[in-house]
Amino acid sequence: MSDNPLHVPRASGGRAPDVFRPGGWVPMRQYRESEPVDFAIVGTGAGGGTLACKLAEYGFSVVALDAGPYFRPLEDFASDESEQTRLYWTDDRIVDGANPLQLGGNNSGKAVGGSTVHFAMVSLRFRPEWFKSRTALGYGADWPLDWREMWDYYTEVEQALKISGPVTYPWGPPRPRYPYRAHPLNGAARALAKGCEALGIKWTETPLATLSAPRGLAHPCVYRGFCVAGCSTNAKQSALVTWIPRAIAAGAEIRDLAMVGRVEVEPSGLVSGVYYHRDGAWRFQRARNVVVAGYAIETPRLLLNSATSRFPDGLANSSGLVGKNLMAQSNQAVWGRLEHEVRSYKGPPSLAITEHWNYEDKGKDFFGGYSYMSQGPLPQLWANTLFSARGLWGESLVEAMKDYNHVIGLKIVGEMLPQESNRVTLAEEVDQYGLRIPRVTYSWCDNDKRLIDHSLNFMGRALEAVDARDIWTQDDDTCHLNGTARMGSDARTSVVDADCRSWDIPNLWICDGSVFPTVGGANPSLTIQAIACRTADRIRVLAQRGELNAAVGRRSPLHQRSTEVHRS
Amino acid sequence: MHERRDRYPEYDVLAKWSGPSWNDKTREVIARRLSIAPEPRFFTRDEYDTVVAIAHRIVPQPAGRPPVPIAALVDRKLHDRIMDGFRGPGVPRDADAWRQGLKALNAEASAAYGQRFAALPDGLQDKLLRAAQCGELKSAEWGGLHSDAFFKHRMGRDIVLAYYAHPTAWSEIGWGGPASPRGYVRLDIDERDPWEAAEAKDGSDAAARRSNRRVR
Ligand SMILES: Cc1cc2nc3c(=O)[nH]c(=O)nc-3n(C[C@H](O)[C@H](O)[C@H](O)COP(=O)(O)OP(=O)(O)OC[C@H]3O[C@@H](n4cnc5c(N)ncnc54)[C@H](O)[C@@H]3O)c2cc1C
Ligand code: SF4
Repeated sequence: MSDNPLHVPRASGGRAPDVFRPGGWVPMRQYRESEPVDFAIVGTGAGGGTLACKLAEYGFSVVALDAGPYFRPLEDFASDESEQTRLYWTDDRIVDGANPLQLGGNNSGKAVGGSTVHFAMVSLRFRPEWFKSRTALGYGADWPLDWREMWDYYTEVEQALKISGPVTYPWGPPRPRYPYRAHPLNGAARALAKGCEALGIKWTETPLATLSAPRGLAHPCVYRGFCVAGCSTNAKQSALVTWIPRAIAAGAEIRDLAMVGRVEVEPSGLVSGVYYHRDGAWRFQRARNVVVAGYAIETPRLLLNSATSRFPDGLANSSGLVGKNLMAQSNQAVWGRLEHEVRSYKGPPSLAITEHWNYEDKGKDFFGGYSYMSQGPLPQLWANTLFSARGLWGESLVEAMKDYNHVIGLKIVGEMLPQESNRVTLAEEVDQYGLRIPRVTYSWCDNDKRLIDHSLNFMGRALEAVDARDIWTQDDDTCHLNGTARMGSDARTSVVDADCRSWDIPNLWICDGSVFPTVGGANPSLTIQAIACRTADRIRVLAQRGELNAAVGRRSPLHQRSTEVHRS
Repeated sequence: MHERRDRYPEYDVLAKWSGPSWNDKTREVIARRLSIAPEPRFFTRDEYDTVVAIAHRIVPQPAGRPPVPIAALVDRKLHDRIMDGFRGPGVPRDADAWRQGLKALNAEASAAYGQRFAALPDGLQDKLLRAAQCGELKSAEWGGLHSDAFFKHRMGRDIVLAYYAHPTAWSEIGWGGPASPRGYVRLDIDERDPWEAAEAKDGSDAAARRSNRRVR
């Protein structure tokens, strides 16, 4: 069949897939490569997809390119773990350091919509103090952003995604009610709640980016549990089904299967567009501004791979910090089994959470925080966890797997500290596009280890409190990468400013998880999207003030290229 | 010998094939998996026989039912170039790592016992695999590949993932299996939808048997 999204681009010929209707299409504006667009955005995930939408709605001309396919969730997503590994970025990468990261399915996506197509939908706000962790808490680095301003952008994203969550959230300053009601607890979440109550700490239903009531053509979550394999019902509010359709309706063009290999710099020192590989050939899209939004590994890789004689260490790298301060989040777990049947495969993996140790500073021998959540691994993932983390094989593996329906687990999302030695560099080998592949180096520091020990100890007590048996700890796992192009208020110690604009090249921007100076103990995607919304607002203001390279900035009013553009 | 009492007697996840838990895309994918011929495309015949032998030790299967063709599933993954996407420095890409690891394991078997791995009795095969798991196999044939890394990140991982990608394994562990569009309704502890597997409780499995026969 020619309609293989992995081999033939779907967003072309003036149309893009309608993700809500089997076989359907929506009209899509197309831009000429030879005429510069206001913004070429590399990556359409949490950062790039959100920004593409907002900028297009503000009237800028936008082409957003993604190396991955344009999936139709209703037709392409089988309820199957192995088949769905195609959602992950599995191009060749080298990992080293004292604690090499496990990438592939563990860390980033390759698709229109980015990692949000296979993410677990946990949508948390950062603790306000984390934006000033150096000054307020004594570690890490300060963000150049104010938490009150972020609070407004969080609200915008929560509304845009119709996050389902509790009526009142137990931690931090007040926030508005979540737009949709919380999901019911499954067995695993019930056990988390019971454990927290026994230990005297608060818990709540996890705020999730999956629908608890219908929305437009998407129906609510049916608790099928294949969220990290790809949601086939569109209940999941990924960038693919939220920001991207809005972006297209507002006149943005999405190019799927378009791998950007190089950002081009003119003699003037400004960037002028991107070289990208599509349909078997290298092409060039001219642009007045380029935004790199490729995730914490691909973003620095592209900037480093774009080195010129003028910028021999890569673009935006006068600070020498591109690729450095890579931060994973710790993802250790404690597992046990209950006499009762838990069947945690039902529903999103995390339906209940505690952020206690994100907000409590007493009783810690480490900097930073962690949250922990209930878990629901599918069989392949679970079998490999028993094999690789517990060393089981043979009859003992087969027998342990028969307890699958009784397994109960708690997993942290923990804050790891920024260290310059944790970094992305270029290896000598090249990938299928002929581009040098990334080498990802990672080692835990003592603080990371103390945080992990604390969490494993605490979660072990929580499992004991619900009478779990055969408790064991999985102590080597990480999730969520950030850092590598941090934002700051000083060009010498950061790569971009608070507006995600690179210090070195005024029309080069970075808008994804790479810009985080610290990671906190909460899943990052809501913050990435909030920053993208803020960046779009800042870009609009800069354009109005004439401080931007954009055609639209020279026109006014600004907002109306949106919906009337192409409704054929 | 191990006793293999069925935890979920007569539960067959495939009974739901035409029901509301399986959509077209899933049926297409699983049909392809179920029709895999136990013949190598990527491995040589010799390599393939070694993989069959290893798979039998990593995930032993009972005699009373058709076996999951683990080696063929691994073979097809390599043939289709489906990769993990990350590897340690000096570790070859997935397919090359397999070739090298199998060669080394056979060399170890010959050096220690004068026979290829597949020809050894179960006990000696286990002994070699345990030595690989602990990183104790170090003959020159391994090259830059550490036997423990090969065991954990490549060989064992691919075998375990292959086995638990098969409906036979899903039925064995009482998993609900594919679940779109229907999903689940009863989520809490000790709750079970009628289209989920019933577990045989101590001694009596008549009730579970009856319930599992009706799963659709
Ligand atoms: C299994 C899993 C579960 C997760 N669960 C959660 C969760 O519950 N909550 C949460 O907040 N976060 C979660 N995350 C993390 C979250 O998905 C990411 O942090 C977030 O999506 C990152 O956003 P981003 O914009 O940086 O990159 P992505 O969303 O990954 O987008 C990057 C995009 O850029 C494209 N790209 C990269 N390089 C190029 C190039 N050179 N040319 C063209 N395109 C390129 C990629 O194909 C990709 O589509 C999870 C991640 C994983 C792996
Ligand atoms: S559990 Fe809900 S969000 Fe997850 S895949 Fe199923 S329908 Fe989608």
